[in-house]
Amino acid sequence: MDSKLKDLLEKKRSELVSKWIDAIISTYPNDPSGMLKNKKDRFENPIGHTITNVTQNLFQALLDEKSFTDCKQLLDDIIRVRAVQDFAPSKAVSFIFMLKNVVREELGKEIRQNQIYEEIFKFESQLDDLALFAFDIYSGCREQLNQLKTDELKRMTFTLLKKANLMSEIPAQEFEHKELKFNL
Amino acid sequence: MAKYKLPKPGELSSSINYNPPAKDWMDIPVEFKPATYPAAAKEKDLLTVGFPNAHQWTPEDEDWNLPDGWEDTVIKGIEERLSKYRSFKLFMDVCVRCGACADKCHFYIGTGDPKNMPVVRAELLRSVYKRYFTKAGKVLGRLAGARDLDADVLKEWWYYFFQCTECRRCSVFCPYGIDTAELTIMGRELLNLLGLNINWIAGPVAACYSKGNHLGIEPHALKSNIELMIDDIEDITGIRVNPTFNRKGAEILFVTPSGDYMGEPGIYTCMGYLMLFHELGLDYTWSTYASEGGNFGFFTSNDMAKRLNSKIYAEAKRLGVKWILGGECGHMWRVLNQYMDTWNGPADFLEVPVSPITGTRFENAKSTKMVHITEFTADLIKHNKLKLDPTRNDHLRVTFHDSCNPARGMGLFEEPRYVIKSVCNNFFEMPENTIREKTFCCGSGSGLNATENMEERMRGGFPRANAVKYVHDKHGVNMLANICAVDRAAFPALMDYWVPGVGVTGTHELVANALVMTGEKERTTNLRGEDLPGKEGNE
Ligand code: SF4
Ligand code: SF4
Repeated sequence: MDSKLKDLLEKKRSELVSKWIDAIISTYPNDPSGMLKNKKDRFENPIGHTITNVTQNLFQALLDEKSFTDCKQLLDDIIRVRAVQDFAPSKAVSFIFMLKNVVREELGKEIRQNQIYEEIFKFESQLDDLALFAFDIYSGCREQLNQLKTDELKRMTFTLLKKANLMSEIPAQEFEHKELKFNL
Repeated sequence: MAKYKLPKPGELSSSINYNPPAKDWMDIPVEFKPATYPAAAKEKDLLTVGFPNAHQWTPEDEDWNLPDGWEDTVIKGIEERLSKYRSFKLFMDVCVRCGACADKCHFYIGTGDPKNMPVVRAELLRSVYKRYFTKAGKVLGRLAGARDLDADVLKEWWYYFFQCTECRRCSVFCPYGIDTAELTIMGRELLNLLGLNINWIAGPVAACYSKGNHLGIEPHALKSNIELMIDDIEDITGIRVNPTFNRKGAEILFVTPSGDYMGEPGIYTCMGYLMLFHELGLDYTWSTYASEGGNFGFFTSNDMAKRLNSKIYAEAKRLGVKWILGGECGHMWRVLNQYMDTWNGPADFLEVPVSPITGTRFENAKSTKMVHITEFTADLIKHNKLKLDPTRNDHLRVTFHDSCNPARGMGLFEEPRYVIKSVCNNFFEMPENTIREKTFCCGSGSGLNATENMEERMRGGFPRANAVKYVHDKHGVNMLANICAVDRAAFPALMDYWVPGVGVTGTHELVANALVMTGEKERTTNLRGEDLPGKEGNE
């Protein structure tokens, strides 16, 4: 990353991250209690904690130009949450695009002054690619939800399945014999 | 990559309003999105038990085919319950909106949806109460927080009262002791008057009524399921246990939730009971009639719960036992501990439970005559009556989930921990604000452990899973122990989604694995048929 842009992003890190967090929280229902934003306990506010943790670390990872695979766990942490929260797929991963807006809004003046359009464009494409990667993670979570249903059904009927297997172990002859008796 | 058409910068995010207008909760209608709510009750199941207004409908339909005059039915239903239950009237009147309960509900914590705040959940019902039963509400209407009862309100009730697991976590924090679970119970009773229950509750209720248990397992099937377990126990230990069924004159009747007879990992807990009782030489019997400790009737109406519960004492009387021992279950114990005595007692034909092994008299159960199995086993261990080899559980790093009902409903905190720590060397507690009386619900309690509402369950269970993840990351925890059949059924999916690598076990499965039985062969596997630590490759 161009050092000018990197300097700017680092300098404004806390404002950018905080605005990014606000933007993500705004995708949740309007909440007068402000729990998601304000409650600090990670166990009593796991959504808020996940958002804060992921945005901070993802921001750093972007600055360090980490590979997507290095970001995978962070993305998974937040997408796994959003995948079960009524969001349309686009909205579930939209949090990545939100950083673009935030950067443009916060750094608009500096971008113009320093003429770093190209760097910004590169940074944004990087986010676009990251979003595609995120979408794969989202699809994985959704597929898993279906798998969970199938697995649960199997567990629920475990004994029946086991009995069915036992039945198939009974030699055919014996089975016929039993049926015969039943018919009499 | 070029194949994908990417949104332009800002295209997606610009469609998102950073500051959506603050709307009053009353103005936001419910939206039924797939996988976020359970399926509707089937007409046939409601008819089986004689519930009113059984009819065909689905939640996503615009028209729910409500019976004529349904509004009257509901208002009369509220009136009747206000006069019958003092707590209902009190809870309707005393809330001061202090907000102490607001962020304590796992459904709110997992969704951020303000209507999942306990205070608002209660308000769904309170607003209607105000409109029809208070002067201010009648005169001032919405200004006083009152509103008319209409079909949209009813839909909202249905969506949010079946998005409350009646876990009572909120009540721990309310300075007035308001128990939103009780309001959910009232709300569900009212919905039930209109035939608006859910399939996962109505089905088991009908099955329990006609077959004796939620899963509809008939006597011969129950016996053959247990025989399968007996065969497995013999393979593993070399010992053939010999339980009896419906035996008159036994000292103890054993009652457990039916999830233990069929599903995985519940059956391993059941094998645990069988092994423990055999080793003790306990004079006990199973019943194929009182073959259900749980009570999904409790999630429909007080009357239905009472009807389904009555078989436990009836069977104890018929068999002439002295007292009743109960297996690992959650809501079963809330019902047994807090309601059974009033509904179907006094059980004066039974004796105050005394452990035949240690002589301990269970004074705490002197009225209900029913003892929780972890109390029974903890007492055995305390008196050194069991030979245990906890190293057989050394491959496990265990944490314990306090099931809501035994924890908040009967204060059962220490016994299960004592038992687990006696049979496992590696035990780790989850953070303090997520256990004991502050325990987070599994997200699937009170009949919500259906499969079709998987997303609802995953987000409701997120706070619980999040705390498990913490001890998984910090201490390498790989096993989530509990004392509840719904936990055993629901947690595997929750763990697979949020904390892969963590298994789920009942407490007596752990006990049985550590239990050194008289005359057993050298064990090489645990009850699941997995190699014991240090015995890998022995088979
Ligand atoms: S009882 Fe449990 S699920 Fe219901 S509102 Fe209270 S905390 Fe939420
Ligand atoms: S804590 Fe109790 S009094 Fe306060 S808002 Fe909640 S229910 Fe009402």
